[in-house]
Amino acid sequence: MALSLLYFAWVREAVGTGQETVDPPATVATVAELVDWLAGRGPGHAAAFAERGRLRAAIDQRFVAMETPIAGAREVAIFPPVTGG
Amino acid sequence: MIRVVVQHGAIDIAAELALVEADAGGAGAVASFTGLVRADDGVSALELEHYPGMTESVLRHIANDAAARWALSGVTIVHRVGAMAPGERVVFAAAAAPHRAPALEACAALIDRLKTEAPFWKRERRGAAARWVEPREGDIAAAARWVAG
Repeated sequence: MALSLLYFAWVREAVGTGQETVDPPATVATVAELVDWLAGRGPGHAAAFAERGRLRAAIDQRFVAMETPIAGAREVAIFPPVTGG
Repeated sequence: MIRVVVQHGAIDIAAELALVEADAGGAGAVASFTGLVRADDGVSALELEHYPGMTESVLRHIANDAAARWALSGVTIVHRVGAMAPGERVVFAAAAAPHRAPALEACAALIDRLKTEAPFWKRERRGAAARWVEPREGDIAAAARWVAG
């Protein structure tokens, strides 16, 4: 199923785009598995998703843990820890 | 009234405070916090990126939480995005309450939670070099005390 992905900050820069649509295989069930699968898409993706511990995620604009299932998600965002204020 | 704004332009504190006071509904105290772009280590500019849509909904959630917990009559959060220079205002938060203690405490909670929960990312420029800011342990601890309580 097509999934809309958003990237922010250095994740966006490493990947080379802030937005893409992907169609992961059915074996990709969680955000963590999605990140690992994305890392295989190219050298930019590999650099962005190499260290899962440096990444945070949101599904449909709500923060989620990496173990969260992506079933039913429309939009998944992957980004570094936030640094506003 | 809950007022949440994410904007590119400068933050007009006088106008924001006037809105809070006009809508205070008999409250005796308005506390506010203003965050400026620090000029440390030769920073020449700060760039703020955010997640449009999610940012506003997280800020509104933080504002609503504070309003309920401290019985506030008004909450304002204004955050800038885009490029700004050292000394410029990057964030403003205000809380109106019947007395000073809840207003001050709520204001601290607003800014502490915003720093760790709202999807903003800072990049510092030093001349031609740019560096994404890393999260600070102290900020995480400061936010945790409001969630734990």
